[in-house]
Amino acid sequence: MKTHLTEPQEKIKNPIIICEDVHKWFDDFHVLKGITTSFEKGERAVICGPSGSGKSTFIRTLNRLEEHQRGTIIVDGVELSDDLRNINLIRQEVGMVFQQFNLFPHLTNLQNITLGPIRVRKMTKSEAEEVALSLLERVDIADQAYKYPSEISGGQQQRVAIARALAMEPKIMLFDEPTSALDPEMITEVLDVMRELARSGMTMLVVTHEMGFAREVADRILFFDEGVIVEDAAPADFFDNPQHERTKLFISQTLQH
Amino acid sequence: MVACNNGAGGYKGIPFNRQKTVVNALRIIKNMQEIKPPAHTTGSVRWLKDNLFNTWYNVLLSCLALIFLFFAFKGLLTWAFTEAKWGVIPANLQLFGVGAYPREQIWRVWSVIYILCVLVGLSAGMWGGLTLRFALVLVGICFIGGLSPFELSTRGWFLGAVATTVVSLFLGRGRTGLRPWILGAWLLSFPLIMIVLRGFGENGVLTSNWGGLLLTLILAVVGIVVSFPLGVFLALCRQSNLPAIRWVSTAYIEMVRGVPLITILFMGSILIPIFMPGLDINQVLRMMIGITFFSAAYMAENVRGGLQGIPRGQHEAAQAIGLNYAQTMLLIVLPQALRSVIPAIVGQFIALFKDTSLVAIIGLIDLLGVARSVIANPDWFGLQAEVYLFAAIIYFVFSYSMSYGSQEIEDALRVGEI
Repeated sequence: MKTHLTEPQEKIKNPIIICEDVHKWFDDFHVLKGITTSFEKGERAVICGPSGSGKSTFIRTLNRLEEHQRGTIIVDGVELSDDLRNINLIRQEVGMVFQQFNLFPHLTNLQNITLGPIRVRKMTKSEAEEVALSLLERVDIADQAYKYPSEISGGQQQRVAIARALAMEPKIMLFDEPTSALDPEMITEVLDVMRELARSGMTMLVVTHEMGFAREVADRILFFDEGVIVEDAAPADFFDNPQHERTKLFISQTLQH
Repeated sequence: MVACNNGAGGYKGIPFNRQKTVVNALRIIKNMQEIKPPAHTTGSVRWLKDNLFNTWYNVLLSCLALIFLFFAFKGLLTWAFTEAKWGVIPANLQLFGVGAYPREQIWRVWSVIYILCVLVGLSAGMWGGLTLRFALVLVGICFIGGLSPFELSTRGWFLGAVATTVVSLFLGRGRTGLRPWILGAWLLSFPLIMIVLRGFGENGVLTSNWGGLLLTLILAVVGIVVSFPLGVFLALCRQSNLPAIRWVSTAYIEMVRGVPLITILFMGSILIPIFMPGLDINQVLRMMIGITFFSAAYMAENVRGGLQGIPRGQHEAAQAIGLNYAQTMLLIVLPQALRSVIPAIVGQFIALFKDTSLVAIIGLIDLLGVARSVIANPDWFGLQAEVYLFAAIIYFVFSYSMSYGSQEIEDALRVGEI
């Protein structure tokens, strides 16, 4: 590891993600203004905040879908830089689930899942299909394996997308507002899958507005506003005893409905 | 249909004249998919009424159009069956087919046809569907050729082609495992066909003797097959993150698109020998290069249109599972992008096919060139209409086949679409 953290936070024992003073600009717009934090192996962190606060951009920098322009990000011992080999290594270890699912519409659900294992992990087709089918079973839609994404519901698509990310056997899963594009009745089925995943001990970073899910599942809630982490606390403290005015306002507004 | 066994009694308390309605209503409740649209909203009569005869001025316009069509077709058909002297076509059929290709070397052309028959037959056996229909049309044409009053040897060649195709079809049947090999064979057949047609040195056939439909097809097929990957490559370059690559590609595309094809063909014919005096490239090859480079620029723009239609999320999802650039493009982006621009691409192929007639300006005699030379022959004086109509039909048959094929491919690829 190239970078040594000068002041490791006391409760972090085995950080799998380390961010040091991460900055990011979109042209002149300063989206991330010095994010310094770290995440432990097996930690389940929920990231929330108003839109435009940089929360999505932040988790997208963690597998370099966005480049950060200043600071250091170290994921599983590898520093994210311009080195393409490092990026590809990291992307194999970090699964991502998108708001809009982003399934490949020209491939069946099964092919969506096996693509990565076959092409990147160099599994044989039959091995990959075996893994994919068991994952589809795990997310409870084994009967949809040979359909195309357009033939299933949004909630089912998102579950296929989760299975696709899991098929790469990632160490970390990133969720970028996984339920925001779903009808209310489909949100539950996706959250159930995520709960199950959380119980299995996966390291999860979840950007979401589902405060019930956050309170129930998260070890830790990070509140973003205007490109900085305003509050970083355990769910109980976060909801019942927020330290900052901005957080209080956010909580009161989200809990109103 | 759902049987209704209420017997003769009917439903109590419901007037007899309403019972049928009730029964129908019950049927509908029992089996919803049975409901058909009311008859008067569909059907061809209804369509005519809605679209051609819905207002008084549409009735008038439709009638006028019908009268015009009647007289136009009457004139054409009368001419075609009574006045036209179609004898000019069979008498010059070989000329239309291969131009000045020497008679004693005609076996070379037949060999090429046989190579194609084998490949088409095998493909039809392995894939079925569109390829099978294509093979059947090929067999049909060759069969008609075999029964027509040609010389005995020609008829023999035709019937042999029928047999070759049919045998290959049965050989290929169900051997789906060999599909990749056949694709490779199609690619390899390309240079092989050129070698067979050209032969070697003085014993072969100089390309300046290639002509007629043969030349038209060679120019078109080479243009299509080479310009397609080249165009995809240029489109990807134009989308590149590296400015130098992007600029070179953009400059090439804009330059070529800013110049008429005929200018490029002239340049190929006249300027290349001036700038590169040592290089002796024959005329046909120069035309192939000109047509290909011209077509590639347009192809690139068509493909770019498709690339732009692919949402950013597709790239991101591909990257997120660790695919590299080449894999992302080949497995995720291009399959979707190309499918969406099939109509534009095939439209361009058809245009390219017809534009090959421009090679006449540097003295190559393609199908249209043959038509012109036949008309110029005093034996066939005054038969422009017959000859040009024949050429038009040939162009149409090939263009329409491409169009039909593209629709079939689109349907076949419509999987997973919303």
